[in-house]
Amino acid sequence: MKSNILFGRIALGVYFIIFFGYLIGPLVVMGFTAFNSAAFPSITPWQCFTYEWFSELFQDERILNGIKNSFIIGFGTVILSVSIGLAASLVLTQVWAKWRSTYYTIIIAPILIPGVVLGISTLVFWRQVSDMLGGVPLLNNGIFLTIIGQSTFIASYCMLVFVARLQRFDAGLTEAALDLGATHTQAFRKILLPFMRPAIASAAVLAFLASFENYNTTTFTFGSYPTLTIELSQMVRYGINPSISALAVIIVTITVFGALTLEVLRRRSKVKAGDIKPSKGLPSWLFGNVATILLVALSFGLIAMVTTAQSYSPQQCKANYKEARQLENQIKIDALQAARAAAIAAAAANGETTEESGTDEPATQGGATGAFGGVFAPTNLEGAAGQNSGEDNGAAAPASPFGGVFDPTNLEGAAGQNSGETAPAAPASPFGGVFDPTNLEGASGTGGN
Amino acid sequence: MSSGVDVNLENIWIKFGDFVAVREANVNINGGDFFSFLGPSGCGKTTILRAVSGFLNPSEGRVLIGGKDMAGLGPNKRPTALIFQNLALFPLMKVWENITFSMEVSGASAGERRKRADELLDMIALPGQGDKLPSELSGGQKQRVAIARALCAQPDVLLLDEPLSALDLKLRQHMRTELREIQQRVGITFIYITHDQGEALTMSDSVAVMRAGIIDQIGDGHAVYDTPATPFVASFVGENNVFRGKISAINGDEATIATNRSGELLSKITPAAVGKLNVGDDAMMFVRPEVLKMQEGDAKTTISAKVLNEEFEGNSYSIYLEGEGGKQIKMAMPNLGNDPHKAKGDMVSFSYDASNAVVMPAGDLASE
Ligand SMILES: Nc1ncnc2c1ncn2[C@@H]1O[C@H](COP(=O)(O)OP(=O)(O)O)[C@@H](O)[C@H]1O
Ligand SMILES: [Mg+2]
Repeated sequence: MKSNILFGRIALGVYFIIFFGYLIGPLVVMGFTAFNSAAFPSITPWQCFTYEWFSELFQDERILNGIKNSFIIGFGTVILSVSIGLAASLVLTQVWAKWRSTYYTIIIAPILIPGVVLGISTLVFWRQVSDMLGGVPLLNNGIFLTIIGQSTFIASYCMLVFVARLQRFDAGLTEAALDLGATHTQAFRKILLPFMRPAIASAAVLAFLASFENYNTTTFTFGSYPTLTIELSQMVRYGINPSISALAVIIVTITVFGALTLEVLRRRSKVKAGDIKPSKGLPSWLFGNVATILLVALSFGLIAMVTTAQSYSPQQCKANYKEARQLENQIKIDALQAARAAAIAAAAANGETTEESGTDEPATQGGATGAFGGVFAPTNLEGAAGQNSGEDNGAAAPASPFGGVFDPTNLEGAAGQNSGETAPAAPASPFGGVFDPTNLEGASGTGGN
Repeated sequence: MSSGVDVNLENIWIKFGDFVAVREANVNINGGDFFSFLGPSGCGKTTILRAVSGFLNPSEGRVLIGGKDMAGLGPNKRPTALIFQNLALFPLMKVWENITFSMEVSGASAGERRKRADELLDMIALPGQGDKLPSELSGGQKQRVAIARALCAQPDVLLLDEPLSALDLKLRQHMRTELREIQQRVGITFIYITHDQGEALTMSDSVAVMRAGIIDQIGDGHAVYDTPATPFVASFVGENNVFRGKISAINGDEATIATNRSGELLSKITPAAVGKLNVGDDAMMFVRPEVLKMQEGDAKTTISAKVLNEEFEGNSYSIYLEGEGGKQIKMAMPNLGNDPHKAKGDMVSFSYDASNAVVMPAGDLASE
């Protein structure tokens, strides 16, 4: 019995670890990559702690413009979706019971229709309307179309939120207001609307987030106003750097704070309505669950980050890192040279063929996992007598099976001492090495940053 | 304060589809009266009240308030204020905002409203509680806030839909007197709905007893209690012993009933049935437990029975008796310090005064 229980607990624990790892693991990993100076988003090898991706992010015109467009469209969508959703939910309570489910199905259908279809149909429809009216620029405007297109289904989300709240509304309150002399408009404004306020806030947040993250629909309607998601997807096509991780960190942080704020508001309105008693001293929700504790930790982290970002500079670390790398490579090169010398000496002494022993030994000693890495090693050494050049071979190549193939070119093209800096990032991608030469060629002097 | 105005219901019918919720209601309520509708749950009381306040239109008939036909006027245009069964206080507004809501919608300034709220809070004995939320009040306090909110609208007619049903017994009794006092102070017409006959009798100038959409009797408490018009009223209002049988003789406003199990009994004919009873008709005779006396009287007003059980209730005793053929009879005696204490199984003879019994044509009884 006892061992069964114990086993059950362990199983449960393992399950939770796996489950939460699955849920938030990717976010956490991505979060760390935002602070690693490696040029490709990665956490191993960890190079230097840096904020440079954040400043890079804020210097990227396209991303900033995307964020701006996302916000404009987000606010537009919030206003439109919340209004439509509220109206639709109110009508739902007025509709004759017989038609209610039909009406509900029609209103809810956009959620089930693929976003792609909504995007195309919005584009086609409004272009048609515009043509019929003899070409109205507004109707072909990317912001207008995107707001309209997104709202078709986001309004349905909002309506669901409102319907849930409305179901708890006591229609007797409206009657009481009317009985006390209020007009229907007054009853709506003073009784129903305040009751709906928390739902309106939730729906607005939901609508904004849904709009902000939307891609499927927007991709057809954005016209000349690309949103953040559109920009990101276009950027990814041409290679990706950790400033995207930095953006992710910012978005996750904002979302998490948004959720926390919403929770606080929700609690407060519950306290107001008398559902839960307000507690004295520290608010209990602070300790209520693990998530909020994490949030608090996160906010402290954020504060620490903002304060240290003023003074911290990773330059020293980077220099150290490079130095360490160079040293490491020097040792490897020395070892290779020694081995080669030894092999030549041995061959000379024993009269055996030089090739066999000459290729075997450097391959193992150089730490090259690449199948071809070793083959070229002797050539490398011959071509690159300079001591700095070895960095690319030693550090970047081993993880990539093809990395070694291009090494000779690297070395030829980039003899400068800084060139190695971008290369260490390569191991995270099997193709990382393939791109290296271009990087190095384009930016031989600056180290590819 | 506005003085009370008359309310007249003229031949009101209210139908929901095929279902007739109210049938041919004719009620005349005098201005300044405390008028009650009394009836079991589901008999159509709320429906009538909603017709008076304007939330629904009668299918037929007219509602007149102060002599004016209310047809086509919505609830916000009628000089009525309704206190809802569940009170319907606005949960997101403070007490003082609740109370002065009617002033707010008519555009009164916050200062005026605050002042009026304080006056009304004093009146309902909740001074200084204006800044609380309704959820922070007790049941009785909410009750009073609802009353103040309705009174603040200065209605000519106040409608109350079972306002005390959610309160505990003690508070209910307290609020009864309080409501009656408020009514007398403000002098407006109160129309009160209840399924509790005690409430109706203690507070009302006049009571209408309803059964399944039909008003069986309208009268003051005495009339309804002492001279019920129908078997339903007799059995619904207070406790009653019923004897079924056939009329064997009629003599003016008295009749002799050949009861099924208790022999021939003499009784007054209830006023509503005078002239409507004939010899040989099926009839019901009602005698209240408290008018039975533990002594022999005339042959036609004396019944013999066996003592089944006796219950002591502090201020009174209830004695449960079994007559001929298993006829159950209840008798109530005040506790005057001389416990008549009968042993179980004793045979006793008891009697009543024929003027305290009523006979009427047979009909439906109120189900327990
Ligand atoms: N809107 C309505 N639609 C259909 N039936 C109704 C409606 N309102 C009330 N009824 C019916 O009318 C009858 C009387 O209801 P009501 O007046 O609320 O009774 P009560 O005397 O308990 O206040 C009940 O049988 C109820 O089911
Ligand atoms: Mg009712």
